[in-house]
Amino acid sequence: MITSFLVKSLDRTIVIAVAILLALAALVPALNLLTAPDHPLHVPTYLVSLFGKYLTYALLALALDLVWGFCGILSLGHAAFFALGGYAMGMYLMRQIGARGSYGNPLLPDFMVFLNWKELPWFWHGFDMFWFAALMVVVVPGLIAFVFGWFAFRSRVNGVYLSIITQAMTYALLLAFFRNDMGFGGNNGLTDFKDILGFNIQADGTRASLFAASALALALSLVVTSGIVRSKFGKVLVALRDAESRTRFLGYRVEHMKLFAFTVSAMMAGVAGALYVPQVGIINPGEFEPGNSIEVVIWTAVGGRGTLIGPIIGAILVNGGKSIFTAAFPEFWLFALGGLFVLVTLFLPKGVVGTAQHYLARRRAYRAASRLENETGLAEPMAAE
Amino acid sequence: MYRIFQTVLFALILLTAIPTSGLRAEEGLRELVNAFGEAKLSDMDEHIAALAKTGDPKVVPILEALGEGNLYARKADGQVFLTKEGGATLTLTDPVTGESAGEAQKAALSKVKVNNGVRRAVRTALGSLTLLSPDREARLRAAQSVLQSPNADALGAVESALAAEKDAEVRALLEQARATTLLMSDRPAAEKKEAVRLLREKGGREALPILSSALGSADETLKPEIEAALASIEQTQALWAAGQNVWYGLSLGSVLLLAAIGLAITFGVMGIINMAHGEMVMLGAYTTFLVQEVLRNSYPGLFDWSLAIALPLAFLVTGAVGLAMERGVIRFLYGRPLETLLATWGISLILQQSVRTIFGPTNQEVGNPSWMSGAFELGGLTITWNRLWIILFALAVFAALLFLLKKTPMGLQMRAVTQNRRMASSMGIRTPWIDALTFALGSGIAGMAGVALSQIDNVSPNLGQGYIIDSFMVVVFGGVGNLWGTLVGAFSLGILNKFLEPYAGAVLGKILVLVLIILFIQKRPRGLFALKGRAVEA
Repeated sequence: MITSFLVKSLDRTIVIAVAILLALAALVPALNLLTAPDHPLHVPTYLVSLFGKYLTYALLALALDLVWGFCGILSLGHAAFFALGGYAMGMYLMRQIGARGSYGNPLLPDFMVFLNWKELPWFWHGFDMFWFAALMVVVVPGLIAFVFGWFAFRSRVNGVYLSIITQAMTYALLLAFFRNDMGFGGNNGLTDFKDILGFNIQADGTRASLFAASALALALSLVVTSGIVRSKFGKVLVALRDAESRTRFLGYRVEHMKLFAFTVSAMMAGVAGALYVPQVGIINPGEFEPGNSIEVVIWTAVGGRGTLIGPIIGAILVNGGKSIFTAAFPEFWLFALGGLFVLVTLFLPKGVVGTAQHYLARRRAYRAASRLENETGLAEPMAAE
Repeated sequence: MYRIFQTVLFALILLTAIPTSGLRAEEGLRELVNAFGEAKLSDMDEHIAALAKTGDPKVVPILEALGEGNLYARKADGQVFLTKEGGATLTLTDPVTGESAGEAQKAALSKVKVNNGVRRAVRTALGSLTLLSPDREARLRAAQSVLQSPNADALGAVESALAAEKDAEVRALLEQARATTLLMSDRPAAEKKEAVRLLREKGGREALPILSSALGSADETLKPEIEAALASIEQTQALWAAGQNVWYGLSLGSVLLLAAIGLAITFGVMGIINMAHGEMVMLGAYTTFLVQEVLRNSYPGLFDWSLAIALPLAFLVTGAVGLAMERGVIRFLYGRPLETLLATWGISLILQQSVRTIFGPTNQEVGNPSWMSGAFELGGLTITWNRLWIILFALAVFAALLFLLKKTPMGLQMRAVTQNRRMASSMGIRTPWIDALTFALGSGIAGMAGVALSQIDNVSPNLGQGYIIDSFMVVVFGGVGNLWGTLVGAFSLGILNKFLEPYAGAVLGKILVLVLIILFIQKRPRGLFALKGRAVEA
C-alpha cells in the first residue's frame, strides 16, 4: 500500500523536484563547510541561512497549496499554524538555554524571571525534551486546525466566510500572544537561543544541518502531498473544490475530507515554523499578523496554485525578490508586493508554473494534432483545454 | 483646612475686585480692627465674631493675618496693621484700604496675641465668612471644599451658612457638607442618623469613603444604618457603572458601525470582499487632516467648520478612488471572490505605502473643533461631546443610506442588480454602471467614516488596518446583505466588548468576542439577520 502510494505520488516533475531538493540538502552544506572561504564555489553561511529560511517558507506555501489549490479552502490564517510550530520549537530552545540566561535561572526563561514568576507554567513542562517539543510542533497546530475546522466545516462555513474567520483566528492569536500573562514572552517573543540538541545554534555546521533538514522536510512533504492529491482521496478533494454540493450529494463526507486536508496542512505549516525559528533566531507575535498569512497566499498564487511545485517556486521567487528589493529600494517593496497581488490575480491566475504547464500542454496537443494531420490528412479538432 | 480656605479666599479676592463698601463701612471696620490692639485674650472671640459678622470680604486677609500672627498694633496710636517680616523692620499694610503704610521698627509695634483658642475662632470665622460670602460662586466653592476634605470644626460654620443660604444648589451642597461634617463631630446619634439618611439619599462616589470611615467610629445603634446606606449607595454606583459601560459600548458600536457600514454595501450588497476598505477610512482621515492644515494656515476662523468641509471632500475623494478600483481591477474579478480578496489586499498595500511615502509614517495631528471638545455630566455618567457627535453621525449616515437604498431610483436599481443581475439588465438597467456606483458609494461612506474616526483615533497610515477585521466581523455577524443587521451587529458587539473588558481586560475581551463570533457563525452561518430565499445561494 505504501509502495503504491509512493509510486503514484512520483510523477516526473515531482521526482525531479525531490531529486533537486535532495541534491541541495547534500551539496549546499558540503560547499559551505568543506570549501575554503575564498574558493569560487564556497557558499557563505548567511546565504545558507537565508535559503534555509526560504525553504521553510516554501514548505508553508506548499501546505497552503494543499488546502487552497486542491480543496478550495482559502485559509488566511496559515501563518498562525506556522507561528505555533515556531513557538513550540522556540520553547524547546528557551529551555535549552538553562542557566546561561542573563538572570542565570536554571529553570525559568529570562522573561519569566523578569515578570517575577516563581514557577514554570504547566504548559512549559516537557519542552526540555526534544522529542516532546518535536511532537508538539505537529500536535498543537494540528489540534487547533482540527478543532477549528471541525466547527467550521461541520456548519458549512465556506468561501470568503471561511477566509475571514481564519483571518479572525490568527488575529485573535496575535492579540493573545502579545499578552505578557500568556507566558510566551509577550511582545518580545522568544529569542537569545543558545543551542539545539547540544549544538551551538550560531555554528556553521548547525546552520548547514538546519538547511539540510529544511530541504529534506520539504522533499518529504512534497512526496506526501503529492501522494495525497494523486490518490483516489485527492481526486475527490479536487471534485469537492470544483463542485462541493455535487460531491456531497454523491455520498462523500465532504466535511471530513476537508478537515483531514486542513489538519495535515496545518501540521506541515507547524513543521515549517519549527525549522524557521532556529534559523532566524527569534519568534514573536508579529508572525501572527494577518498580513503574513495573506503574503503566503500570494507566494502560492505567484507560483501557481494546485501545482505543488508552483508554491515552492513562488515562495522562493517572491522572498528572493523581497530580499533584493528591500535592500535596494526599501520604500518601494510594498508597492511591488501590492502590484504583484493585483497583477497576478488579473493576468496570471494560474501562476508561473500553471501558465507554463498550460502552454506546454497546448504545444504538445498542437504537435500531436499536426502529427495526426500529417499521418491521416484529416484536421482533428484541438484537444479541449 | 486652613489651606483650603486660603485657596477659596484667593478666588474670592479675585472675584470681588470691585470695592462695594462705602466710607462709613470702612470706618466701622477700622474701629473693629483697631479693637484687637487692646483686646485681652479672653475677649478675642467676641472681637473676631464681630468682625466676621460684617461679612466684608476685606475681613478675610485680616483674620488670616491674625491666625498667622502677622497682625501688629502701632504703639504710638494703637493702629493695627497687616505686616510682613523683613528682618528688624516690618512692612506695614493698611488692613482696610489694603494700601502700603511704609515700614516700622519692630520695637515700635506690639504683636496682637494669639493662642490656640483664638486660632480656632479665626478658622471658624473664616469658614463661615466664605460660606456667607455675598458671591454665589465663592459660596459654592467653599461648600465644595468643605465636602472634599470634611472636618468636624467646620460644622458650626456650615450650619450657620445653611441657615442663611437661599440658593438651591449651594443649599444642597451645604446640606451634604453638614451631614458629612456632622458624622465626624460628637453630635448625638439621632442627628447622625439623619445625616446618614441624607447622605444615602444623595449618593455619589464621594459619600462612600465618608460613610465607611464613619462606620469605624460609629456606635452600635448607628452601625446597621450606615451599612445599609453603604450597600444602597454601592448598588446605585454599580448601576451607574453599568450605564457608563453601555454608553462606552454604544460609542464603540458607533465606531464599528461607521467602519462597517460602507462594507455592508460593498460586501453585504455586492458581495465584493474589499480588503482595502480600511484604507478608504484612512484616506478619509487624511482628507480631514489636509483640510485642517489648509484652514489652519489660511483661514483660521473657519476651523470649527473643518469637519463640515472635510465630509463631502472625503466622500468625493474616497468615492473616486473606489470608482477607479472598481473600473480598473475589481470588475475583471466578479464571480471570483477569493481573487478579489487578494487583489484588493494588494491595493490596500499600495494605498498604505503611498500615504506613508507622501505624509510619512508618523501620526498626523487632527484637531477637535471646539463644539466637539469637552464633556458633560448626565446623572452619574460622563459623556464626551465627540463621542456623542460620532454616535449621532453614525446613525445619521445609517439613516441616509437606508433612505437611499429604499426610496430612491438609484437604490432601487442597486437592489435589483444584486437580486437578479440578468433580469435587471433585461429591464434596461446598466448593470456595470450600477456596480461601479455602488462600489463608489460604499467607499465614499468609508471615507466619511474616516472623517469621524480622525477625531478619536490616531491618523496614521495604519489607521485602516485596525478596523478591517472588526468591520468584517460586524457585517458577517449582523448578516450579509442586511443593513439593519449591521446596525444591530455593530452595537451589540460594541456593548459586549465593553462589558467583557472589566472582567477580562481589553485584549482578552476582544479575543473572547472574536471566539464568540466564530462560534456564533457555526450556529448561524449567515449571520443574525440572514437573507432568506433564492438570493442566499446566489
